[in-house]
Amino acid sequence: MTGTGLPPASADALLFDYLLRLADSDIVLAQRLGEWVGKGPVLEEDIAQTNVGLDLLGQGRLWLAYAGEVEARYATRGRDENELAYFRDGSEYRNLLLVEQPNGSYADTLVRQFLYDAWHLRMLDALARSRDERIAAIAAKASKEVRYHVERSSGWVVRLGDGTDESHVRMQRALDALWMYTGELFAADASDDALVAAGIATDVTALREPWRQAVGDVLAEATLAMPSDGWMQGVRGRGGRQGVHSEHLGQLLAVMQSLPRAMPDARW
Amino acid sequence: MRAGEAVIWGALAGVPDPELPFVSVVELGIVRAVEPIPDVAPARGITPARGTDPIPATARWRVVVTPTFSGCPATRVIEADIRTALDAVAPGACEIVTRLAPPWSTDAIAPEARRKLAQAGIAPPAFRCTAAAVTRSGAAAALARGAAAVACPRCGSQHTREVSRFGSTPCKAQFRCDDCLEPFDHFKPH
Repeated sequence: MTGTGLPPASADALLFDYLLRLADSDIVLAQRLGEWVGKGPVLEEDIAQTNVGLDLLGQGRLWLAYAGEVEARYATRGRDENELAYFRDGSEYRNLLLVEQPNGSYADTLVRQFLYDAWHLRMLDALARSRDERIAAIAAKASKEVRYHVERSSGWVVRLGDGTDESHVRMQRALDALWMYTGELFAADASDDALVAAGIATDVTALREPWRQAVGDVLAEATLAMPSDGWMQGVRGRGGRQGVHSEHLGQLLAVMQSLPRAMPDARW
Repeated sequence: MRAGEAVIWGALAGVPDPELPFVSVVELGIVRAVEPIPDVAPARGITPARGTDPIPATARWRVVVTPTFSGCPATRVIEADIRTALDAVAPGACEIVTRLAPPWSTDAIAPEARRKLAQAGIAPPAFRCTAAAVTRSGAAAALARGAAAVACPRCGSQHTREVSRFGSTPCKAQFRCDDCLEPFDHFKPH
């Protein structure tokens, strides 16, 4: 990898970590959505939610596979996608704090999804212009899928926000509770800065205003109030993307990783 | 077409999509290309297929595939099926590589396959995705757009509506016909 001004091995280590950051948010959110399988409020939603989770899992695997190849360029060996997903502990996970938050009610799940989708789409569209061809290819493909995710979650935010008194209250409560995790979506650290300078990563700070605009439009249609930006979690270089997580991630991973860890070489 | 390439394409044309067995992976645009691999050691054990042109002993081929949706569970099965089909006509002569860019689109679905989809009760993609059709729009507009021209594959009525953007597989949306009242799948334009 060139353009960071760092020795190749250090630059590859940065890229590896960046790819984990992309992969892990997809994988963790896919796992959360998987918790809903068979328990959706209606059949169509159960299927929709599962499909979204499946897309995210597929995208996460593409990022992880690339991460393993990059790791092999500077480490003794590169781990494959399974090893990366199942044999890293919580502190080695690099996902956003937002996506590891518990499912809660359907309102909590949908608001979490909506906030992420609106960010995810803009992130991928920007990454589709990355100087790293592999990143650009994965992002361009994933973006097409995430378009559906945004349409779905936006539609539900409007229906439930502007629905019954009860659904409105629940949506607003979920929004107020999850808002403090949105600061991290636009927080860059030194590692991001180096990759942005090399034209490989996206400058997330530039995505903030377009995201606020898009989210604000949907919330207005949903008769929901956009919370004011108060205390934000994970924005001072100590958040999910640096491996500092909420208590919820450990529990999620314990479920997700239990089988491969109990039987490391299990084959279907 | 080079000698032998027809054999490879012929084998690929016989590989059905696992979820839509009436169309082949070639017709769906999953197989992107068959490219000769130059300057490599001769492949072993080439078997000419029945009644087709024999493959020169030196020919090796790169079969380029692309996944439909990133999370499609059929992707692995498809690759295994392609491998089996290729090994049957040209053992050891083909490598399979995945190429993501440009991303797969329903625009790549062959006209004949569209007809087969409709015949099987699945409405083919209602519009092409190139250029203007895929724009970022609000949910309401998207629903209206998706439902606009989807004809019921059973009765042909245009009075249909989208029940859910997500269906039985990642590539399909759930629709309902307001005239014959039957539910049906729409292969969503992507």
